This record gives sequence, C-alpha cells and structure tokens, in this order.
Amino acid sequence: MGLKDGQENPVAPGAVVPGARDVGERYPLQAPLGRSGDPDVDALGGAVTITKAEALVAWGRKNSLWPIPFGTACCAIEFMGTVSSVFDLSRFGAEVVRFSPRQADLMIVSGTITYKMGPILKRIYDQMCEPRYVISMGVCASSGGFYDNYCTLQGIDKIIPVDYYIAGCPPRPEAVLQAVVELQNRLQRTGA
Amino acid sequence: MTTTTTTPSTVDLTKLRNKIQGGILEESTLPPMPCVRVKREALLETLEFLRNDPEYRMHQLKEITVVDGLYLRESERFELVYLLHNLDTQKRVAVKCRVEEDDAHVPSINHLWRAANWGEREAFDQYGVKFDNHPNLKRILNHHEFVGHPLRKDYNIFRGHWCSEAETLLDELELRRKMFPERIADADHDPGETMILNIGPSHPASHGTLRNLVELDGETVLYCVQEIGYLHRGFEKSAETHEYNQVVPYTDRLNYCSAISNNVGYVKAVEELCGIEIPPRNQAIRVIMCELSRIMDHLVCNAANIVDLGALTNFWYLFNLREKIYNVIEGVTGARLTNSYARVGSLWADITPDFIEQVRGLLAEIPQHVDDTMKLVARNRIFIDRTVGIGKISPDDAIAYGYTGLCLRATGYEHDLRKAQPYYGYDQYDFEIPVGHQGDTYDRIMCRFEEIKQSARIVEQALDSLPDGPYRADHPMAYLPDKQTRTYANIEGLVNHFKIVMHGIQPPKGEVYSWTETPNGELGFYIVSDGGMKPYKCKVRPPCFYLYSSFPDLVEGQMVADVIAVLGSLNIVAGELDR
Repeated sequence: MGLKDGQENPVAPGAVVPGARDVGERYPLQAPLGRSGDPDVDALGGAVTITKAEALVAWGRKNSLWPIPFGTACCAIEFMGTVSSVFDLSRFGAEVVRFSPRQADLMIVSGTITYKMGPILKRIYDQMCEPRYVISMGVCASSGGFYDNYCTLQGIDKIIPVDYYIAGCPPRPEAVLQAVVELQNRLQRTGA
Repeated sequence: MTTTTTTPSTVDLTKLRNKIQGGILEESTLPPMPCVRVKREALLETLEFLRNDPEYRMHQLKEITVVDGLYLRESERFELVYLLHNLDTQKRVAVKCRVEEDDAHVPSINHLWRAANWGEREAFDQYGVKFDNHPNLKRILNHHEFVGHPLRKDYNIFRGHWCSEAETLLDELELRRKMFPERIADADHDPGETMILNIGPSHPASHGTLRNLVELDGETVLYCVQEIGYLHRGFEKSAETHEYNQVVPYTDRLNYCSAISNNVGYVKAVEELCGIEIPPRNQAIRVIMCELSRIMDHLVCNAANIVDLGALTNFWYLFNLREKIYNVIEGVTGARLTNSYARVGSLWADITPDFIEQVRGLLAEIPQHVDDTMKLVARNRIFIDRTVGIGKISPDDAIAYGYTGLCLRATGYEHDLRKAQPYYGYDQYDFEIPVGHQGDTYDRIMCRFEEIKQSARIVEQALDSLPDGPYRADHPMAYLPDKQTRTYANIEGLVNHFKIVMHGIQPPKGEVYSWTETPNGELGFYIVSDGGMKPYKCKVRPPCFYLYSSFPDLVEGQMVADVIAVLGSLNIVAGELDR
C-alpha cells in the first residue's frame, strides 16, 4: 500500500485525521491518532491507528467483557430483563453471558448473599481468571439491605473485592447498564 | 361482591371427641378453622384419625409450625401447630400440642403425610423441637455450622454465624441409597463406578439457589438429594421486628416474580386478624393486579423453562410481553418488580386514570404472544420428546407431598382456591381451571400457558365491572385521616392520626391462617398477634417448599438433562422456598 504516483498525501504529518476521534487527552493510554509522524502510515488516511500495546489491550478488555451472573434472588430477574430485548446489554458489548467462571471476567452478583452462600461465592470468584471485576447489583449484595439479621451477609465486600456498587432494590436495568459502562470507561482509562 | 373474609369452615368434631376422649385438652378456633389442643401422648392418634377417618379424611398436611410462647405463658413453652385440609370438602382443622422447653420432642408424622418431612425439619431448625423417629432430622434452612435456633424469642436477630464450607450431602445420599437399594443393584454400572454430580447452588439453569446432588448411572439419575436454604433471608424473624405495614416490602421478595400476589396474601391475613372489610373497588383492583402478576409469573417460568430445553427465541418473545406489563404496573405502583402495592385495609394508591386503557391494550396483546410462542413449541418434536412423560407425579402422591395450585392441577386433580373457596369476588368472574392429564413437565407448561389466557379473561371482566367508590376500608387503622378535615379539625381525628403514627396497626390478640391462590399454589400466612404493633409470629406457608420436597421422586430414573427441565417446570422460586 502507499500513495500512487502523483497522488497528494491527504494527511499532513501531525494533522488530525477527519473522522478519527482524538481521544488522547481523555484516555492517556491511547496514543494520539493520526499524528504518528511516519509518512507511510499517515498516507493511509486514518485506516491504521498507531497506539500503545497497553491501550490496545485495554480497548479489547473494555469491549469484550464476559459477565458471569451470580444470580440468587430478585435482582437476577432484573438482570434477565437487562439482558433481554428491551434493554439489551449487547449494545455495550457485554452480552456474552458465561456460566463458567473460567470463561468470565466480570462477575455480577445480583441478589442476597447469605452466610450459607458465602463459601460458594468465594469459591466461584477464586475460579475466575485475572483480571476480574465484580459488580455488586442491588442493596442486598452491597450491604445486606433491609435483611439485617442472623442469616444475611452484610455486604459481599466482606468476602470478595467489589469494583462497582449499584443502588436499588432491585436496581433498574438502566442502572446496571450504567455500572457496566462505568467499568468500561475505567478499563479504557486505566487499562485495568 | 362477596365478603372479603373467609367463611369459617365448620367441622363437626364429635367423632374425634369420642375417639380421643382424655387426650383433648382444649377446643378453640384458629380462625377460620376449628382447633383442638391435645396431649402429646394423643397427638399421633389424633392426627392419624383425622387423616384416615372417612368423615374427616384430611388429605393434606398444610403446615407444621411452632409458636414460641416465651412471652405468652408461664409453662409449656413451645406450641406445635398442625394445619390439615380436606381438598374435596374444603374443610380444615388445626391441631395443637404444647411441650416444655427441656422436653421438647413430639412423635414424627412423616409416615402419615410426606409433606411432614421438610416441615418437621424446618420446625427443628428454627425452634429446636425434636421429632422422634424422623428419618433425617437435620437443619434445612440454616447452614450446618449454625448455633442455636433463630426463631426462638430469646435469640438475638443480629447474631449471625459464618459458614466456612458447604456440606457434602453424602450422608443424605447414603440414606437415599438405603431407601432404594434395588436401583443400584439393577444399574448398568457397579457401585463405585457411578458418578456423583453436584448441581448448584449457583448453577445457571437451576433458577435460583438450589442445590442437588445426583448419583448417575451413565446419564440416568439413580438418586437425587437436595439442599435448600441458600437464600434463607430470615423473613419470619424480620417480620417479628417490624410493624404490620412494614412487613409488606418483605413479602414482595418471597415470590419476586409476582410480588403483588404476596402483598395481597399478607394483608388479607392481617385484615382478617383485625376484622377489616375492604371495599369492592379495592377487591377488584387487587384481583386485576394479582391476575396480571400471575401472567407475569407464568411468563417468566415458561420462558426460562423452555430455554432449559434449548429454545431461546421464545424467551425474548415472552420477556417482551413481560416488559410491557411491567410498564403498566410501574405506572400505578412506582416499581417494576418489587411493588409493595397492598396495604392493610388499603392500597398504596388508587389506580391511575389511564390504567384501564393501558391494561386493555395489554389484554389485546397477550393472546398473540402466547400463540406465537405456542407455534414455536407446541408441535416441536424436541420439545415434546423432552417433556411428555418426564417428571410425572400422581394426584395422590402430589397431595401427600403438599402440592397445591398449578402443579397439583397438572396431575389432573382440579383444585383452585379461587373456585373452591372464593375470595375477593372470584366467584363473580367467568373463568376456567385448566387441568393436566398425568402431571408431567408438558402438562405443567401447557397449564401455565392456558392459565395466562384465563387470567386475561378475569382481568377483562374485572375491568368491565370495576366499581367506583373508595379504595380504602372505612376503618381507623386503614389510612391516615385527612389533615384538613379530620386531623386538625377534631380531637378524634387527631388521636386517630397519633395512634397510627405512634403505634401503627394493633390487631386484637389472636391468631389467623389466611390463604390465597398465588401462581405457585396456596400461599398461606399464619399470624399470631399479642395485641402489639408487630406480629408475634408470622409464618408463611410457601407453596414451593412442598413442591420441591418431592423433587427426588420426580427425577430419579430420568436423564440428568431432564433434572433441569423438571426443576424449571415446578417453578421453584428461591425467595419463597427459603424465605
């Protein structure tokens, strides 16, 4: 590939390619687009993006989150609603719901976790490969909710680390979508 | 409209009196049914007589529970309550028996009703009352490292116990092997070559936190044992520490697929305890909401169940309809899933002006969605092969296990409380009760589809005849008095306001057992009041609990893949199962 004879280079070195997003300032890990300074690359008119390896990995992680739903109670029904047609989690590239912890990198704990369930939750979290992320969906998972009693664990963060908490009993599907998007933004920003 | 309170069931106890002469200590009523309190020595004889005698013929043990009388009387702390039901004549009887704390044991009645197996285990787990000769008296809801019995009045509600690892369940598997030794003898594989497979409690297809341990001969299930309690959230203990209306949100989360049905079941019990009559408009709104909930519940159940068989398309079809119903209900209750709509003697709010039009729009769509789904499955060879004749249960076994509701009707036995003991004017509506032929997975799924259509019919009629008038009962405990005309206008209104705010609802001393026909079956609430603002005891009779106790009998001898399909067709909702 390259320029044909007599064809003018459409992109001057250092210029911003039209249509390519300049995300360099918002996302430090992503190298600036279209400013490679390499005439051979710039000659391709934005068809090639130069970036850092970390940014590429982060971009991949961001857009291919595979969630494992740890559904126990009412929130699991709303999670089903989030995945199904109307709200459609697949719009955000996180619809490949895996039921094996080995294949998933995002655990969505939806529902009350009791002391009896505690060891199970811990074991499944341990079985997930790193990097792994946890979203605690709903107040029961986040803090025990209004089940402040002898059998309910007062928040899953007593057992496993949590990245995002979603309020609500149960949260609306939009709130779940927001948590996923927040996590994606964080992945893009920080790479992990 | 008929009266809201359940008509008392009159049972002539003369024959029982003559039979158990010295054993009966007291005769009273546990509204709406008669109640006898017997000596422990006469308990087994009484229950056996009530079950076998042709005059009583109590087919079904509805519930076993215990009332901790620590704050009610000086001696004989624990009172066992057995609720019996004759499904043909709709007669019910309660039997009670008191025991001392240091001598808390009674004979097991596991051999009379199979429902007693889990019922007694729960009573042991929660109260520490022992049942002699029970085959497997161990904890059922709380984990094996738990110390104490949480529903005792002197147990601190906040005292939790960490659980370090799950049980192996091999002891229960061994019991099951001993019960049916011929199966392993006839199996293709020798003992030791069979495979023991753990399914759950976090299995994607188990629809909740259910755990099964199966022993497989090839792909055939030889033995199956279950463990429940992974979602035991302490409903009953929490109810004892909250005011009557504050319990309503907890009831949402029993069967969270149809929250309003549970709200209504609970407030109906409290209303009967207080003697509150709700007006016709309230009754009709509750009927509409309950039937919409029934439709939603069946949609979720069937959608998920058919996914278990490998058909995903219908899931999106049915969930779309469910989302539409959500939107309409959300417009009235303000919540999608956990609505908390009913209040004692009242509702959270009257329906919105556009509600009726919206529901009519839904009614036009429901048959279309059901028919579309039916086109995908009804003549589908895979579906039929996977469901017909799988997970069968006979009506007699089903009744012995405590089946109620749709799963009982799928066996061919017609019993629906909306017809048998109508409440909220169900007798005014024209609808049919679908029944199955042989109680297999196919029958259960098809009965659900048919019930969706019948519920739509009820909703339509209820909308047509929706009465005007107040939606709140004319009772001082039903709602806060109007500020301008009553609270600030006269002393009675002010006192009324003060009493509700400070003391809430205070039913008179007494007890009640009240039931409604929820999507899963008979949801019963047994409430004991000591005259205070919180229930002294609030026991739920969850239909799932008894359905699920029969599960090994349904799946043993079937293929392992069918375990999941049968489980889905029973519609076990963990919130209701474990409470």
